[in-house]
Amino acid sequence: MATYAKPLARPKQHAEEEHEENPREHLMHDPLPRGQMNAMVMESMNETNPLFWVITAVLAVIVLFALGYEWSVLILQGQGTAGVTRPDYWGVFLVNTVFWIGISHAGTFISAILRVLKIESRRPFTRAAELMTTFGLVQAGLSIFMHLGRVWLVYWMFPIPNERTIWPDFHSPLMWDLMAITTYLLSSTMYLFLPLIPDLAMARDRTEGGWKKIFYKILALGFRGTEGEWKNLTTAMNIFAFAIIPVMFSVHTIVSWDFAMATRPGWSSTVFGPYFVIGALHSGMAAVAIVLFLLRSTMKHYKYFIRPEHFNTMGMLMLLVSMAWAYFYFNDYIVPWYGGDKWDKLVQEYTEKGPLAYLWFTMLIVNIVIPWATLWNKKWRETPWLLAIVGLLINVGMYIERYLIIPVGVTINRMPFTWRQYYPRIEIPMTIGTFALFLLLYMLASRLIPLIPVWEVQEGQEAHMIRKMGKAEISTLSDME
Amino acid sequence: MTTELETPGFTNTSEADLAGRWGLVIDQDICTGCQACVAACSMENNVPFVGEADAGYGRAMHWIRIERLWKSTEYPDVKMTSFQPTMCQQCHNAPCEPVCPVYASVHSQAEDLNLQVYNRCVGTRYCGNNCPYQVRAFNWRDYTDARIRPGLKTLQNQLNPDVTVRRRGVMEKCTFCIQRIHKAEDKAKAEGREVQDGEFTTACAQACPANAITFGRIDDPASKVSQAAITSRASHLLDELGTLPRVTYLAGGG
Repeated sequence: MATYAKPLARPKQHAEEEHEENPREHLMHDPLPRGQMNAMVMESMNETNPLFWVITAVLAVIVLFALGYEWSVLILQGQGTAGVTRPDYWGVFLVNTVFWIGISHAGTFISAILRVLKIESRRPFTRAAELMTTFGLVQAGLSIFMHLGRVWLVYWMFPIPNERTIWPDFHSPLMWDLMAITTYLLSSTMYLFLPLIPDLAMARDRTEGGWKKIFYKILALGFRGTEGEWKNLTTAMNIFAFAIIPVMFSVHTIVSWDFAMATRPGWSSTVFGPYFVIGALHSGMAAVAIVLFLLRSTMKHYKYFIRPEHFNTMGMLMLLVSMAWAYFYFNDYIVPWYGGDKWDKLVQEYTEKGPLAYLWFTMLIVNIVIPWATLWNKKWRETPWLLAIVGLLINVGMYIERYLIIPVGVTINRMPFTWRQYYPRIEIPMTIGTFALFLLLYMLASRLIPLIPVWEVQEGQEAHMIRKMGKAEISTLSDME
Repeated sequence: MTTELETPGFTNTSEADLAGRWGLVIDQDICTGCQACVAACSMENNVPFVGEADAGYGRAMHWIRIERLWKSTEYPDVKMTSFQPTMCQQCHNAPCEPVCPVYASVHSQAEDLNLQVYNRCVGTRYCGNNCPYQVRAFNWRDYTDARIRPGLKTLQNQLNPDVTVRRRGVMEKCTFCIQRIHKAEDKAKAEGREVQDGEFTTACAQACPANAITFGRIDDPASKVSQAAITSRASHLLDELGTLPRVTYLAGGG
């Protein structure tokens, strides 16, 4: 009887290929003095090349045309200038609303959840993500107003006491929506503002006179950086970070209820709540990747703060969310398919085999196939431009997903006599307008607000240390709270 | 400020509520699809003409429409379904009511009708979306404004003074000719009696040359509509949704 001896560990045959990571390449182990980091962030804010202003001007013109002129036409001539008709009473404007709320989700998710879970690689890009939340919600709100037939009476949806004691109807999912979005806008703005205070104070101290000095002076609320102020600020941020997570989940669940509560085939699905939340994260994460790429490649000194390791984190999150999205989409698809309800089946057939079937296939490819095929590879995840392209494709896919649910889904209803395909008209320039306004707001904010939370980066760098354990260098983190 | 707010009941299932008050019976076996009801309804209720372009895009605002569908699509053997005049079914559990954020789509307790408060509507179009029968009409533009449509100038003289004219951005729908209901009720009240079945009728029923549409009181078991609704030919549209529609369709010979 022969016995075989197996080596317990295989000797490394390709030792030269094994890339030993140098921990000092990470932002947390590559510390710079606070003053120098402050100066870098201030410089990136204040030094602007002419191309920036050219792009800003072009965006401003687009915004003025789309949201000034075209919106006036829409209001003065009525919704007839849009493509909506029976049975597609809801069109691209509500697609935009859902899309922008989705974009706004990632900011809070990244910032709050990663902060609560103490994921260290969040530090340099929390602010960039939170700004997306606020500016995305602005677009979502505007899109709702565009959708209304009589937008000048929108205040009737607010519970304002009046002499006729007519209140809004809280039975309506639209009212829940309004409440949820307002709550989210207010709380996310406060959550953006709190960690911003120390950086505004920093900018105040480094600005010499002018309107900017006054601007920072007002917004910094007299922050001096004393122990007591830091303690209060940390407590407030902690409360907000925990409290905003359920708000974030509720917002997109309630947005999905606008559809799920309706008696329409294809819409009344019980899985819509979590499915929409994940869908929102899917597009939002991808949007953060695009923004990080743009910031890194356009802002001075940002290559120090935003490194491949951060794109790696984003890539992993995107892959995870893409898998979760695929799971929920499969759920939402298989149950009506197996259930065999006549109307649900017609909606599915129209989506897959109808004139817009190419949209459905595009959605599946860019939302599932492309992220899964690219983001498994660490080297690819760490390539900023590749991640930005994947992010762009995911956003296209998620826009298509909302388009398939809203105007394509409502084409099929229980009265076949009324079936009619929807074509957007004035919606197209106005959609471009919301994208332009988002970029414009972001670009202007990048000149006014330090997009890197310097104090947060420095806090992380102080907590991190490389220690020697025997021969190995190990990254350690001391909890300072 | 002691006004009591009454919210519209939309899950009420008491016996009295289930009975309803006004109802329509439509006999599909004798309907000829002549569209007289569509014309009469438009005249009675000031339903605007939307013009060629918008009508071609499916924005015609008729409160009643004659549905007819192909049964087989192979050309020589075309079989059609019977004509089906479709208007607001005046559901008791109306899906359009709870979704309106501003109480523009409300239930009238007195007539058990589903009403649209035009001057309260802000145009979210959620009701139109949620109506399983797709019978709501939206004012996509200012179709009744003579300043915008000069061709309307003399046509405005034909407007029914009992019915408001709607502006852009407002949802509207069949009311079972509520102005006629109110007129009859006022007259009956002055004479100290109840409204009799058949005392008046809606514009569509009045105009129907084949007498395919009958309007009356469905809470009166002896009325024409109640008698017709208990025959074996009677059915409701999309009964499975539980909306309790007040329009009964008769079909199937016999």
